[in-house]
Amino acid sequence: MSRSGKPRVKVPKSAVVGETITIKTLIKHKMESGQRRDGDGNIVPRSIINRFVADFNGQNIIDVKLEPSISTNPYFAFDAIVPEAGEFVFTWYDDDGSVYEKKKKIKVE
Amino acid sequence: MALNRREMIWISSGTVVWTALGSIPSFASKASDLINELTSGAKLGEGLIDLIAPEIAENGNAVPLDVSAEGAEQIMLFGEGNPEPIIATYNFGPLSPSRGVSTRVRLAQTQDVIALAKMGDSSWQIARTTVKVTIGGCGG
Amino acid sequence: MISRRDFLQVSMAATAIVGASGFGNWCRLAAQQSLSQDQLVQFDTFGNVSLIHITDIHGQLNPIYFREPSVNIGVGDNRGAVPHITGADFRKAYGIADGSSSHYALTSGDFSALAQGYGRVGGLDNVATVIKAIRADRPEAILLDGGDTWHGSYTCLKTAGQDMVNVMNVLKPDAMTFHWEFTLGSDRVNEIVRNLPFAALGQNIFDAEWDEPSDLFPPYKMFERGGTKIAVIGQAFPYLPIANPGWMFSEYSFGIRDENMAAMVQEVRLAGAECVVVLSHNGFDVDKKMASLVPGIDVILSGHTHDALPEPGLINETIIVPSGSNGKFVSRVDLDIRNGRMMGYRTKLIPIFSDVIDSDKDVAALISEQRAPYATEMSEVIGQTDGLLYRRGNFNGTWDDLICDALLSERDAEIALSPGVRWGPSLIPGQDITREDIFGVTSMTYGQAYRSEMSGKLLHEILEDVADNIFNPNPYYQQGGDMVRTGGLGYSIDLTQSQGARISDLTLLKTGERIDPDKSYMVAGWASIMEGTEGPQIWDIVENHIRKLGTVRVLENNSIKVFGA
Repeated sequence: MSRSGKPRVKVPKSAVVGETITIKTLIKHKMESGQRRDGDGNIVPRSIINRFVADFNGQNIIDVKLEPSISTNPYFAFDAIVPEAGEFVFTWYDDDGSVYEKKKKIKVE
Repeated sequence: MALNRREMIWISSGTVVWTALGSIPSFASKASDLINELTSGAKLGEGLIDLIAPEIAENGNAVPLDVSAEGAEQIMLFGEGNPEPIIATYNFGPLSPSRGVSTRVRLAQTQDVIALAKMGDSSWQIARTTVKVTIGGCGG
Repeated sequence: MISRRDFLQVSMAATAIVGASGFGNWCRLAAQQSLSQDQLVQFDTFGNVSLIHITDIHGQLNPIYFREPSVNIGVGDNRGAVPHITGADFRKAYGIADGSSSHYALTSGDFSALAQGYGRVGGLDNVATVIKAIRADRPEAILLDGGDTWHGSYTCLKTAGQDMVNVMNVLKPDAMTFHWEFTLGSDRVNEIVRNLPFAALGQNIFDAEWDEPSDLFPPYKMFERGGTKIAVIGQAFPYLPIANPGWMFSEYSFGIRDENMAAMVQEVRLAGAECVVVLSHNGFDVDKKMASLVPGIDVILSGHTHDALPEPGLINETIIVPSGSNGKFVSRVDLDIRNGRMMGYRTKLIPIFSDVIDSDKDVAALISEQRAPYATEMSEVIGQTDGLLYRRGNFNGTWDDLICDALLSERDAEIALSPGVRWGPSLIPGQDITREDIFGVTSMTYGQAYRSEMSGKLLHEILEDVADNIFNPNPYYQQGGDMVRTGGLGYSIDLTQSQGARISDLTLLKTGERIDPDKSYMVAGWASIMEGTEGPQIWDIVENHIRKLGTVRVLENNSIKVFGA
């Protein structure tokens, strides 16, 4: 899982105050479900991203609890209101304790 | 060459678990038990959730689901035919206008996907749609 | 010596007409007198816009024989509706005379005999002549290719589609959409599309990772013809990653996406389109349903299911024009567009009788050039056939019976499975079977023939699964192929049932015993959509088998019993 946790996000560079924009996020992760068996018949232990949070200037947009039925390389697309200029913060929490973060600034017109 | 059942020839390369398509094991009660528990048996309204899924999954390992319910605080997704039915729980914050999200999920077989929404007034909404997961391979 | 052309005139003159033709002028005239190129392309120019549609050519540069199906069952609302009537019922529905050229072109009965008289169909040099004739009449006619063009022949496989690209470019299409092209692999498709001198359209071709319209395949193109704005929206085959190996083009996602189709129709209307044309690879029944759900489409040019109908389907105010396959037909569609509305239409399905239509010399030379490097190896005679070899039909075709026999014998299996595809030319009794003919029914980029043990239960599940992809009463669940072909295995199918209950009485033909769900059987098959499938190529297996047989004897196949048709 060494190559896990590379997040990518798509956020517009600017918006009008109060505008609704669409955000898309992807993170590279195997999302090992804990239900699969390896070649020797042993269960491969669960290892997933278990939580994803998107905030803007300290206010929450969405907070997701992920289960093993979420696909490899978890993808989320959602709308957000942009009340002012500022910064989006996206955070992914891994079963192994890792926390991955990505920030994106947005201007207002 | 020996292919085992799971590596079977015609299964879309994505299908997660190759279970009998003809005889779907019943995880359905597991999902409804869970929903009953969560809602304490409250009345489940219908019509306020938009749940969009493909008719047929291109890849059972990554089925796009799009769900939204204006005014919802929380939406949960369930796959009735998955060994563990719960897929995700979405909590929406003040900056979410549409209370909606698109995700890709694993569906082990043809099944109903259920969305359960807890609305701002503490009432519940439910919606379901069928997604077919097929072996495929014979299109002309 | 009597020339083919003279022969046609003689034989036509002798043919009686039965009933009034609803099939436009060429059929009746042909039956009464003779066939001529002028009659085939004759058209009373109508309205102010002309479309030319060709689709599902499947790599057939040269004329071929192609037998239409005798079994093509409709389910749900489409039960008994066109194109799900065949043979004499089809002829009766359209007033087609027995023995007429349209009998031969559109239906299956007496095929071998009629083929002797009417000759081969198709050939892109002949198609070029017809297109030229239409353009002489309507210089601004829009030529649209419905896809399944860069697949299906020896040269197409060897050149990874380049032979078809080279020849089609000379015909100057205005736009195209896609299906089997993607089985060349996305690198190759991207490479060709980047250099195409016309639009590569697909409103439903998406980038799989970000779920966004792909850059390379725009949803539509606007044309202006004689002051009229026409939008052509592309619709690629929706189920590509399911029916074909998705791993070959995994960065793309498809689907029907009718919400996006509706959005595109609105977008082009707002942008001033007075006429909206969908160039579709959905298949006819899916197109009908889409037309009923998405308002504002004037014309759907319909491909994929290889149906050829002499009159368009009509759903509300949308006409649906299915134009056959394998280069056998070209449709001309004239439209009267006024004040942003389609006020009328006139269509003609033009059969490409290769002995009647003059070959376009330039295109013929270009075709020869594509074929030349492979001419010797392609033309090698492998054997002969004593009967008609054809593929189309819901449950079996004699070509597939032969392929299944080859798999059983060459791969030492008890059961053979062969995909229910609809492409592949026919051979008439007494013909040589060349290597090219074998590739005509087998060529693909995933032709490996696997050999694997399967339980009786799994075999049953496969048949149920495939049957639901064809006979689900909801067209949006239909993938447009035919039933998987079986060798060594008989079964009954009840079309009134749903998935899980359609298939019964599975029988191992070798012993006459019922298939035991818990027992293992040795199965050989080909065209697996799984990555990494191993085995010899199917065309080599078929070639070896035919070589051993010398002459192929075509026997009747009674191993499948159909109920509820």
